[in-house]
Amino acid sequence: MTNHWIDIKNSNCVLIIGSNAAEHHPVSFKWVLAAKDNGATLIHIDPKFSRTSARCDFHVPIRSGSDIAFLGGMIRYILDKKLYQEDYVRLYTNASFVVGKDYYFKDGVFSGLDTKNRRYDAKTWAFEKNADGSIVVDKEWKNPRCVFNLLKEHYSRYTLKTVSEVTGISEQDLVRVYDIFCATGKPNRAGTILYAIGWTQHTTGVQIIRTSAMIQLLLGNIGVAGGGINALRGEPNVQGSTDHALLYDSIPGYMSMPRAQWQTLDQYLKANTPTTKFPESANWKANTPKYMVSLLKAWFGDAATKDNEFGYQWLPKLDTFADTSYYSVIDNALHDRMRGGFVFGVNPCQSFANVNKVRESLDHLDWLVCGEIHNSETSDNWHRPGVDPKKIKTEVFLLPSAHRIEKEGTISNSGRWLQWFDKAIEPQGEARDFGNMLVPLMNKVRELYRKEGGVFPEPVLNMIWPEQYKAEDWTKRINGYFWSDVKVGNKVYHRGELVPAFGNLQADGSTSSLNWLYTASYTEEEGNKSKRRNPKQTPLQARLGIYPNWSWCWPVNRRILYNRASVDEHGKPWNPSLPVIVWNGKSWDGDVPDGPWPPLAEKGGKLPFIMHADGVAQLFGPGRADGPFPEHYEPVETPLKSHPFSKQLCSPVYKFFEEDMKKVAEPADPKYPIVLTTYSMTEHWCGGGETRNTPNLLEAEPQLYVEMSHELAKEKGIKNGDGVLLESARGSCEAIAMVTVRLRPFTIMGKTVHLVGMPFAFGWMTPKCGDATNRLTIGAYDPNTTIQECKACLVNLRKLDKLTEIG
Amino acid sequence: MQATRRSFLKGLSAGVLTLSLMGFDLKDVKAYAKTLKIEGAKEVISVCPFCAVCCQVIAYVRDGKLISTEGDPDYPVNEGSLCAKGAALHSMYTHTHGRVLKPMYRAPYSDKWEEKSWDWTLDQIARRIKDARDADFKQKNKQGQTVNRLESLFWMGTSHASNEECTVINSAVKSLGMVCIDHQARV
Repeated sequence: MTNHWIDIKNSNCVLIIGSNAAEHHPVSFKWVLAAKDNGATLIHIDPKFSRTSARCDFHVPIRSGSDIAFLGGMIRYILDKKLYQEDYVRLYTNASFVVGKDYYFKDGVFSGLDTKNRRYDAKTWAFEKNADGSIVVDKEWKNPRCVFNLLKEHYSRYTLKTVSEVTGISEQDLVRVYDIFCATGKPNRAGTILYAIGWTQHTTGVQIIRTSAMIQLLLGNIGVAGGGINALRGEPNVQGSTDHALLYDSIPGYMSMPRAQWQTLDQYLKANTPTTKFPESANWKANTPKYMVSLLKAWFGDAATKDNEFGYQWLPKLDTFADTSYYSVIDNALHDRMRGGFVFGVNPCQSFANVNKVRESLDHLDWLVCGEIHNSETSDNWHRPGVDPKKIKTEVFLLPSAHRIEKEGTISNSGRWLQWFDKAIEPQGEARDFGNMLVPLMNKVRELYRKEGGVFPEPVLNMIWPEQYKAEDWTKRINGYFWSDVKVGNKVYHRGELVPAFGNLQADGSTSSLNWLYTASYTEEEGNKSKRRNPKQTPLQARLGIYPNWSWCWPVNRRILYNRASVDEHGKPWNPSLPVIVWNGKSWDGDVPDGPWPPLAEKGGKLPFIMHADGVAQLFGPGRADGPFPEHYEPVETPLKSHPFSKQLCSPVYKFFEEDMKKVAEPADPKYPIVLTTYSMTEHWCGGGETRNTPNLLEAEPQLYVEMSHELAKEKGIKNGDGVLLESARGSCEAIAMVTVRLRPFTIMGKTVHLVGMPFAFGWMTPKCGDATNRLTIGAYDPNTTIQECKACLVNLRKLDKLTEIG
Repeated sequence: MQATRRSFLKGLSAGVLTLSLMGFDLKDVKAYAKTLKIEGAKEVISVCPFCAVCCQVIAYVRDGKLISTEGDPDYPVNEGSLCAKGAALHSMYTHTHGRVLKPMYRAPYSDKWEEKSWDWTLDQIARRIKDARDADFKQKNKQGQTVNRLESLFWMGTSHASNEECTVINSAVKSLGMVCIDHQARV
């Protein structure tokens, strides 16, 4: 989230799209309703009418997979009617930058496409440069290649008519929603966009979110109270686990994973430390060497020295384009290229797309270690329906895990607040937290290397590793320590003292931090700030509801990101009645600003988007794998043969594995005419592992169902409560029919398209509740993130008299 | 000043005193309060383990046993409220159906689980990690560049881990040279 949960109340218009906030983040909705009480308009754009829709002023049904068309139409509407906040766009975005002469967009494809490797070469997307290497800027917006004009041209195709044809939203409804949301383009109004995995799980997921960011920039809604792009993150600590990079392509603090082309630390730092010619840009990432060296120092301690590149050579390096995400592991396992693995607190045999493939692939492993609270569809995979355990070779170790209140530590909520939780009771039976599994396990591995030697033992033995796990020791290591005596300004810090803030981190090996974003969370003066429970606020802060003394928030306790964009170049809030920060002539009041510098117009003033090299937000974004402007493409399985935006039906660069492409429906496939979307539910948690084992929750939601319209049910001869068999190109699934007015047929390009929706929480380990919905979903992936397209695939369905999976 | 739950309770007891002075008989109320199941229990602050709203929760513990859970009314985000899952926390912890209580082992081609000790289990896993790493570790790629990586083992999970556990996991994975690491950011 750019903002945070409480800040939703400050919004004048809440647009919920790709999320069913009331049911899936119920307590967040307290703040959506608070906004409504304050006079905000609430809009819900979703295929299904839900309890979120019921509390909104409008529910507008949209065909799953057509979000970029809807949002692209809004961009056109904003530009045509001049509803953008012009001063904001001119000052704080790259609208005036001139794009190079070789860039083009033709027939749905951007310049630089390598069709063989399904990759873009982004060279032609670069900005035009002056002789001194600086970017050419056209403040008058007269150059046809300046971003503002290219933006206009790109979205000129997104007319009300074409958008309506593709999304299934009537032109009147489009105008109504566009008018209300775009009214927040006025400086004293703010609109927020709330989304969840209804947006990410598409082959165009990243670009959907980028389109929303572009809208919010045009309307001046980023950095302000009640604005922002707010991901309602699902998993309990998915903010923290992403910050700490349990990911193949990044390392803690959003730095790049080392790759083979960066053979030395110098090469890594050179490639990952951006430079700028704009003196007003803070270019925060210029600090990358300090954060990287401090991370290496946190991992390898005294063994990391300047002479050995602080241990950089001990880190693994990926090949240039290598993707070692979940789905590549599954595909490699199926082809016997994996030996073994660890699955902790996740249930791939239930929650992953095209789960039949996942289940089969795990049979090819020699061994599997699971850390779980309950035996799951994954740990018990060798035992699944229709499989003879005597034919499955995989050895499985199932480690009993402690539940949340049986352990202590911190989590980071979606608004980036760091919250400490205490241990209330001892873990049941012999259960342990993950720390008390991993620390002794690695000590055993280290002992084996000490005794026996082995291949490349240095990283195994040089990694700082304790004898025993103590959570708060790691909280401190995340914050970071001084490793030698350092004088900063007038103050001398000694080896072993905690680093007070990331401004003190150094690139010379004198400091450590396991994650620079969290430096300042645990200090010598104030101790563990995640334990703070002080509701004190200044009157300015109280109006916002930022609670700066309750817990702590990364970075440096800043509660609203990009808040320098909430003021004009003189430091005056765009909305004086609800300021986030105010320049008092000497310093800033309110929230912690994005850096201490004075306002832009003053000497030493800086631009607000400090994480971008050039200090401005990117309406034209040359950093993505699938194009600098978001473009509508159909889902890989689509009920359409063509769409009116271009000749390019699906993204030319979405990812897939050959195995997945053997089982895909054709465009407008008569065998699979119905769109399926999947969702979560209030009573069950994601794949359902924990909640299906809680009797009162299972009683509240006992079995798998499929929601369908009365029209579709009539067509198929199905009544409410009947058994149904759903089939996709990949598998079949039983469910109980829930015939409802919450879903209605869409009219898409003149033809009727039915959409059905199913939860994915039910699995075979809970007897007779149904089995994985994900046997139907498709293995096709976003090219930036390798996230699967669970929110739109094609199925057919029929009445089934005798059910075997549901009883 | 903002009222916290504790200041509210303080005010309440002052009010009770006033009521007593005014002649109201509070015997029944006091007797009822003593029968509350959280009487004498320790309050421990935790965080609901489901979505990333991260509602704060108070766990009531007496004699090492969980007596009750409720939303933390002082926490500015949830202000004491919880959803159906959060409200079911107490039954989730006290109900042991299906909970794995000991390390379990399933041998190749076996049709059953066996209980094992932690020490045996971790020894077995450590052996397999080392054997796989020594056999499969790749110091150079096809182009001859130094890559020092292990591709044949993977790590999946988890956003259920605390930040501290995440850093333990990442440090372990990096020290082994594993490059296949992923979690629910992608599901």
